[in-house]
Amino acid sequence: MTLAQERPTIDFGWIADNLDEIAEATLDHLTLTAIAVTAGLVLSVALSLVALRWRGTYAPITWFTGVLYTIPSIALFTFLVPIFGLRSILTAEIALVSYTLLILIRNIVAGIRGVPAGVVEASRGLGMTTRRIFTDVQVPLALPAIVAGVRVAAVTTIGLVTLTVLVGQGGYGVFILRGIRRQFLTEALVGTLGSVILAVVVDTALVRLQRVVSPWARAGR
Amino acid sequence: MGEGRKVSEFFGQVVAWLTDPANWSGSRGVPGLLRAHVGLTVAALAAACVLSLPLAVYLGHRHRGGLLAISVVNIGRALPSFGVIGVMFPITLAFALIRSPLGYWATLVAMVVLAMPPMFVNAYTGVSAADPALVEAARGMGMTESQTLRRVELPLALPLVMAGIRTAAVAVVATVTLGAWVGYNTLGTYIFVGFAQQDDVMVFVGGLAVAILAVLTEVGLGGVERMTAWGPARRRRSVD
Repeated sequence: MTLAQERPTIDFGWIADNLDEIAEATLDHLTLTAIAVTAGLVLSVALSLVALRWRGTYAPITWFTGVLYTIPSIALFTFLVPIFGLRSILTAEIALVSYTLLILIRNIVAGIRGVPAGVVEASRGLGMTTRRIFTDVQVPLALPAIVAGVRVAAVTTIGLVTLTVLVGQGGYGVFILRGIRRQFLTEALVGTLGSVILAVVVDTALVRLQRVVSPWARAGR
Repeated sequence: MGEGRKVSEFFGQVVAWLTDPANWSGSRGVPGLLRAHVGLTVAALAAACVLSLPLAVYLGHRHRGGLLAISVVNIGRALPSFGVIGVMFPITLAFALIRSPLGYWATLVAMVVLAMPPMFVNAYTGVSAADPALVEAARGMGMTESQTLRRVELPLALPLVMAGIRTAAVAVVATVTLGAWVGYNTLGTYIFVGFAQQDDVMVFVGGLAVAILAVLTEVGLGGVERMTAWGPARRRRSVD
């Protein structure tokens, strides 16, 4: 095996020459993540409402989303490829969304259920309807837990998006895959660190957002 | 409907693939790839246990390093395994470590990195969260530091330690798949080759095998976890 070459070093010239492509990959990575987390959040809110309204449905919902969470994302890609094709954005997004559901639903339901019963009682005593108690009391108080779930979902998704290159999508995975093919350390490193930095930036932004929407609460872990 | 026929045709091809004896022998056969897949998984988990558990137990016992634990899990979550494999590939090739299959070391390092955070955090939390009243009582009975750790804190922490190992094992058994992209043959090889040859059936078989393995790991180690919880939990109840 004569693959071993000279000592791998970081080629800063390559980075400088490819800033345009790095910016483009950043945008692609962010877009793929945003679509997945937004769709995941919409679905999770709907399923959480079902679970909160009909308590008996919580166990089957978390069981099903738990199975989806256990199935490796790459395996999920392979199940979706025969349906949507090898280079379809749907293949990528459906797998990404299915991964966010368990995390989000658990946090939403736990957040709403975690609102102290006394607070709900007091609101009822003030003459608020069940619906208003939900929108004006329970949801605002549950926001820190919900945002905590969104943070975990977003950071996890950003990591997984490095794999969507395998089903023909853009993002930092493009650099990683090409870095592997060419055994070029710099390119693989740019893809990896790009993904990590993006995760940190998005996570920090979500913490800020949470401080804005619920200034009375300290940032959840 | 045409669609219906296509689906049954596809599954017919999958069954044909699975019943073809040629796919069950040799280095590219299911048993050979399964062995390589599980072999690297076990090696990575063992290395991660050795590297993370002693430190986690020590820090948990001393109630130090809580911030470290949180940081470790956050960084672990953000670090993409595919990227770590990609970065380690040229490095391990250049240093041409011991004679080994292509891509072995790059995949192994990435899998150890993947496995360590959940192991570390669960073991740390389990030991540091052991009921302080029981730890006090153990000290009051005259147990030494190491006796308190071995007879009280560790048994109480065992279910969480096992939960960490299970989480790590499921993640690693799923992700070892990516070793195929750096030439280490795993069940992911079917997905890698299938993608390259636009062979839906082979891709699907690879995904199916990996999914089954991940679910079996989750269920199997979940069972072990409940067994570890049984003893201490029962004893604790009788103490109360």
